[in-house]
Amino acid sequence: MLLIECPWCGPRAETEFSYGGEAGITRPRDPDALSDAEWADYLFCRSNPRGNHRELWNHAHGCRRWFGVERDTVTYRISRSFELYPAAVPETDAALQSGPDNSNGGD
Amino acid sequence: MKRYSAFSLLRNALSHNRNWRPAWRSPAPKKSYDAIVVGGGGHGLATAYYLAKEHGISNVAVLEKGWIGGGNTGRNTTIVRSNYLWTEAALLYEKSMKLWEGLSQDLNYNVMFSQRGVYNLAHSLQDMRDIERRVNANRLNGIDAEVVSASELGKAIPYLNVSPDARYPILGASLQRRGGVARHDAVAWGFARAADALGVDIIEQCEVTGIEVKNGKAVGVLTTRGSIASDRIGVVVAGHASVLAKMAGLRLPIESHPLQAFVSEPIKPVLDTVVMSGAVHGYISQSDKGELVVGAGIDSYNGYGQRGSFPVIEHAMQAIIELFPIFSRVRMLRLWGGIVDVAPDACPILSKTPVEGLYFNCGWGTGGFKATPGSGWVFAHTMARDEAHELNAPFSLERFTTGALVDEHGAAAVAH
Ligand SMILES: Cc1cc2nc3c(=O)[nH]c(=O)nc-3n(C[C@H](O)[C@H](O)[C@H](O)COP(=O)(O)OP(=O)(O)OC[C@H]3O[C@@H](n4cnc5c(N)ncnc54)[C@H](O)[C@@H]3O)c2cc1C
Repeated sequence: MLLIECPWCGPRAETEFSYGGEAGITRPRDPDALSDAEWADYLFCRSNPRGNHRELWNHAHGCRRWFGVERDTVTYRISRSFELYPAAVPETDAALQSGPDNSNGGD
Repeated sequence: MKRYSAFSLLRNALSHNRNWRPAWRSPAPKKSYDAIVVGGGGHGLATAYYLAKEHGISNVAVLEKGWIGGGNTGRNTTIVRSNYLWTEAALLYEKSMKLWEGLSQDLNYNVMFSQRGVYNLAHSLQDMRDIERRVNANRLNGIDAEVVSASELGKAIPYLNVSPDARYPILGASLQRRGGVARHDAVAWGFARAADALGVDIIEQCEVTGIEVKNGKAVGVLTTRGSIASDRIGVVVAGHASVLAKMAGLRLPIESHPLQAFVSEPIKPVLDTVVMSGAVHGYISQSDKGELVVGAGIDSYNGYGQRGSFPVIEHAMQAIIELFPIFSRVRMLRLWGGIVDVAPDACPILSKTPVEGLYFNCGWGTGGFKATPGSGWVFAHTMARDEAHELNAPFSLERFTTGALVDEHGAAAVAH
């Protein structure tokens, strides 16, 4: 079982959380401007890496807030948890900071 | 290939079983092939076999990074059925069912296909309605299906708890009598042996580390045993599909998840069919050795680790004890996980790609063992003719752009 660090409640057992998939995918501001292929990529395609993965978790049986986790998909080792809102994202997180509308990253 | 028969068994017994030949060769990779199949699971091996048998393309290599059948093929709970709701899916899985029915003879290898029936249980009025709808849809597609009442279930499966006082009472089930189980390793070995006999090179311990693309065309692969040229490359690597796609600069609508299963100590025959429940989420059968074979649901998170979290196992075990209270004190022996490749509509991708000569067969997720022969059959057609067979045309990558998904997720009985 994973031991997940909720940024607000501290380390808790995996069973308190629900998984939200890859982090940093933002809903395009103007879907009508996209081609079908770009829309399909946004809706369905995922990077699904073997190794380091940034992902969303929700503390469903706790504070019920969304946050991000960096986890290795082979060893399952969690390197850190982070808040999704830009102010709390470390400088190095270029991927999350770029993109037009990342304040909704947890939806 | 030396054919297996009762006579060959007897002859080898008389020579103290010292003269059996290896079932397939272990050739060194050649510089180039007419076609390369990446991934030596059941689907890859079946693809190579049907390329040689149906399309006369026998200068083929199957490249496997570990040993053949060591992926999901050798890790699954081996349930075979074809009672899918939507016509596109039903016809694809039914093609496979027809091939299963003659497979041991065709391969001259006993894959121990046992049509012992598959029950999908209903625990609510809505489950019952869904089952009736699916049974009718199956019949319209020429697939055997029956609705079974709780009292009939009680007679057919003596230890199943059909009491109305159960926590999640069983109201009935669908039954596909032609469904059942097969021996997973034998499927990999049987296809490998038959493909090898037709000239296919099966190359184990050979990991593909790159896909070479020139001017939009696939020209070969880089491997841990050197580079190998081919202008026809089929990728059949299940949970690693996204990793291989990235090598060719592609992105797939696939996520890899752990899926776990476990077996009990061997016990006397107690369950002669397959029982699945989507509502409490567990499925169970008994192997010929007597072990109870139990499958869980996927772990929610992405994972390539071939292991999952314990609460998922606990949940599956709760479901089984709910259905069969008699198993509460059976000891579990072994537990393992595979890496399943899940597509958004829970249907496979059997498709050409934007790279010419590069084909992907993936997305089977939690339920592709049953499709092994049919998947190889249609994929060989796709690779040989550079176009989909009508059975796999609905399962192209383009469906995610056009929106023509085949939504089996909620519609199928349960994930397997
Ligand atoms: C626990 C569990 C229970 C299941 N139960 C059922 C069931 O009851 N019924 C059912 O129908 N299905 C079931 N499934 C699903 C089924 O096992 C799979 O859909 C099916 O076996 C996939 O076959 P495959 O040949 O595509 O993949 P695999 O057998 O996984 O083969 C893929 C191969 O590709 C190789 N590979 C990966 N990367 C590379 C590389 N870079 N180079 C070379 N080779 C590579 C791997 O080593 C592997 O051997 C279950 C799966 C699991 C894990």
